[in-house]
Amino acid sequence: MKFADFMCFEAVIPQLKADDRDGAIKELVDAIEKAGRLDSTNSAQIAQAVIKRENEASTGLGKAVAVPHVKHPAVKKIVGAVGQCPGGIDFSALDKQPVYSVIILLSPVDDPDRHLQAMEKIFRNLQQDMFRKFLRQSQTAAQIKDLFLEADEDPAI
Amino acid sequence: MTKGECQADVEIKNADGLHMRPAMQFVDVASAYESEITVSNTEDSVDGKSIMQMSMLAATCGTKLRIVAEGTDAEQAITALQELVEDRMFDEPPPKGKKKKK
Repeated sequence: MKFADFMCFEAVIPQLKADDRDGAIKELVDAIEKAGRLDSTNSAQIAQAVIKRENEASTGLGKAVAVPHVKHPAVKKIVGAVGQCPGGIDFSALDKQPVYSVIILLSPVDDPDRHLQAMEKIFRNLQQDMFRKFLRQSQTAAQIKDLFLEADEDPAI
Repeated sequence: MTKGECQADVEIKNADGLHMRPAMQFVDVASAYESEITVSNTEDSVDGKSIMQMSMLAATCGTKLRIVAEGTDAEQAITALQELVEDRMFDEPPPKGKKKKK
């Protein structure tokens, strides 16, 4: 699967306003909703479900990135977004370090295979030092979009 | 103690596949052993003690994985991991319409 297949580039936030985990999650879900990729009546509920999932086990797996996610009945089509927090956010990450890049993924409940394929794409790239470095250095939504689209074209990944 | 190598081919049987929570369970079990654990699908071989690398496998329900353990407790590690994946199915349900085997 390619990033272009599920990333909502209209919901990329180069500088999140929020400086805490829950605020960042809400901001990203709101952005996805504003981009028209969610049913607006459900966005608060979906954000709450992501936070609940995050409370069960942190998706901050280290390397200064977190991938909060949820499978939710109100999500019809898999969608992801990215937010950057230059000041760092406490995500209760496994390595106890602050998180600077948040990739959120919202999936329908009835398509676990596509959820896994999107996760694979995300983590395959997050494993790359250069990808994380460029993501963190990106100042604009356009730069972040270019980074993801370039990753889609990289035959080595 | 002698260094041993042990391996097993396992199949992912829970409906949701090896998503993050099962991957964390796998890493927790693998990390309890001293042996090095490597997990492979047809494309990649990853460190079974790294949650980020395990998340890269995208092992959907029905996917077959090879687990290789190398170390003094290789055999015990393989037994425990095989049990987690195939018998306990990460404490998750199998696909609808399929009954849990054994």
